[in-house]
Amino acid sequence: MTREKASTGDTAVPARTARPSWWRMLARDRAAAVGAVVLTVVALVALFGRLFIGDRAQRQDLAASLRPPSLGDGVYGLLGTDVLGRSMVARLIEASATTLSVAVPAVLSSLVIGSALGLWAGYHRGRRESVTLRIADVILSFPSLLIAVVVLYVFSPSALNLVLILAVTRIPVYLRTARAEAAELRSRLFVDAARTFGTAGRMIIYRHILPIALPTLLTVATLDFCFVMLTESSLSFLGIGIQPPDVSWGLMVAQGRQYLQTAWWITVLPGLAIVLTTVSATVLAAWARLATDPAQRWRLTLPKKRRTASAPVPPEMIP
Amino acid sequence: MTTTSPSAPGTDTPALAVEGLCVDLTTPSGTVRAVDGVSFSVRRGRTLALLGESGCGKSMTALSVVGLLDPAASVTGGAVRVRGDDTLRMSPAQRRKLAGPVLSIVFQDALTALNPVQPVGRQIGEPFRIHRGLSRRQALEEAIELMTRVGIPEPRQRARSYPHQFSGGMRQRLLIAMAVALAPDVLIADEPTTALDVTVQAQIMRLLRDLQDERDMAVVLITHDLAVVAQRADDVVVMYAGTVVENGPVHDVFDAPRHPYTRGLLDSVPEDSVRGRPLPAVPGSPPELSAVPSGCVFQARCPMVRERCVQERPSLRTTGDGRTAACHFSEELARV
Repeated sequence: MTREKASTGDTAVPARTARPSWWRMLARDRAAAVGAVVLTVVALVALFGRLFIGDRAQRQDLAASLRPPSLGDGVYGLLGTDVLGRSMVARLIEASATTLSVAVPAVLSSLVIGSALGLWAGYHRGRRESVTLRIADVILSFPSLLIAVVVLYVFSPSALNLVLILAVTRIPVYLRTARAEAAELRSRLFVDAARTFGTAGRMIIYRHILPIALPTLLTVATLDFCFVMLTESSLSFLGIGIQPPDVSWGLMVAQGRQYLQTAWWITVLPGLAIVLTTVSATVLAAWARLATDPAQRWRLTLPKKRRTASAPVPPEMIP
Repeated sequence: MTTTSPSAPGTDTPALAVEGLCVDLTTPSGTVRAVDGVSFSVRRGRTLALLGESGCGKSMTALSVVGLLDPAASVTGGAVRVRGDDTLRMSPAQRRKLAGPVLSIVFQDALTALNPVQPVGRQIGEPFRIHRGLSRRQALEEAIELMTRVGIPEPRQRARSYPHQFSGGMRQRLLIAMAVALAPDVLIADEPTTALDVTVQAQIMRLLRDLQDERDMAVVLITHDLAVVAQRADDVVVMYAGTVVENGPVHDVFDAPRHPYTRGLLDSVPEDSVRGRPLPAVPGSPPELSAVPSGCVFQARCPMVRERCVQERPSLRTTGDGRTAACHFSEELARV
């Protein structure tokens, strides 16, 4: 991307012919930039946090039970302690890894499988579409929590099973969205045009339909990310999700509820972590939607003041 | 699976021959025949114009030739022979092999015919990637060459632009570039200039002609513009309500039409009308496809309609050198 920018720098070509670099577009949208930073921090903490905290997330100290957040107790006392005197900082870091290792694979696999099936069904229509949609209906017709309870009760409640069950119950969401997009896009003239020079079905889906449907699907996925984290916390609360001594944000919220009146930080801090992560993901998804749309992208290259709803179309954008 | 015609594809086999094509449309109120027994053929290097007003079945004919008919429409009879082989009886895979290197189409609305989220260079290169298996980079080089050929300034830079960043005329050039990418034998141009202003129209038509001469293509030009037909085409097929009413070399047909509908069309050109007088026009409008009369399809608007026209549908008869017309009284028309 920087290469493109460089190559247009010294020629007489108007800058609009090349895509502005992703970094520059991100820097222009402050909310999205903050979101990206938050997500990066969360991801880094989840990946490498455990290396630093050691076993502090499990180390109990009943003498230090239910200490409120304070600046006087070192880094690990910064956010207070829970009822067993475990450091909230350490537990939040430990939980971020567990939460993301359940939510990210679950969302990604349901996104990939659901979208692929949905695009295929929507593009081909006919029997393939009916069969796929009926299967989606079957999945949707069960309350997802009920399937999860049954399956996790019968099999062992491991993280892998949790990921699988969350992925399967969320597939219909992507499937239906992708099918609707594909069914609309297949009748567009450029899809016909692609067919007139012999593009096979799967290549049309990949080259012409997926790029247009993808921003929508990604937006759905970021919203779903939140849903999956909350479902995971409900399952953990029911005792069939993450098993102690492992800990996830959702489990922390659930466990802290009985101390809500006396020790708000046990519940509020992991809740805040969930909210921050999902809001960042959503803001970033909104930005990505704009940045991947060639007809809207110019908005992200304007200075902040001019990028309001009343911003006139810049003269070079008028064909 | 391919049905090969008795004569091997040689110089005298038309590049495209449509024989008795019938297309039925399924509508909520029943099945109607949108294209009824249309036949024409065109050789390499020649241009055939399909002329007719909106809804007469020109586009439907074109779409059935390239195999893009709606699910609501179905071909119920006839044959579409490309280099002698009937495409209507081919498997989808065989058709895909023909689509591009042998048969291609230029659409009317260039903005919607281009993918809005793909840089144009990649789109124009797509035929090369599919049929010649080129890499993305090689295909882009080919695309840039094509863009140069169709007259896009600064093609290397513009290849990275998106369709909405081009003007209407440029977009049509891009579409033409994509259609001629693999040097097809037959190019169908479905009203390629209707959405453009007159000067750009002329440029696009010149570009099409140059490309045709260069690559020895057969061109089927679908239009309702009489001037374009007169300038550009070698032969003309006049369609009305899904049927061919007259067929022949453009000069002969326009000099002495043998069907009252063609005559009406030619008379309605405002060129030699008198100021202050209403423009001559063909009165009425084409029949509903669900209520095409049993006799001649044109009877309701024909100035010389008679008893026989109501009872008997005129068949397409030879009326002279390479000409046919579907009128009981074409000889009479010739004498007037």
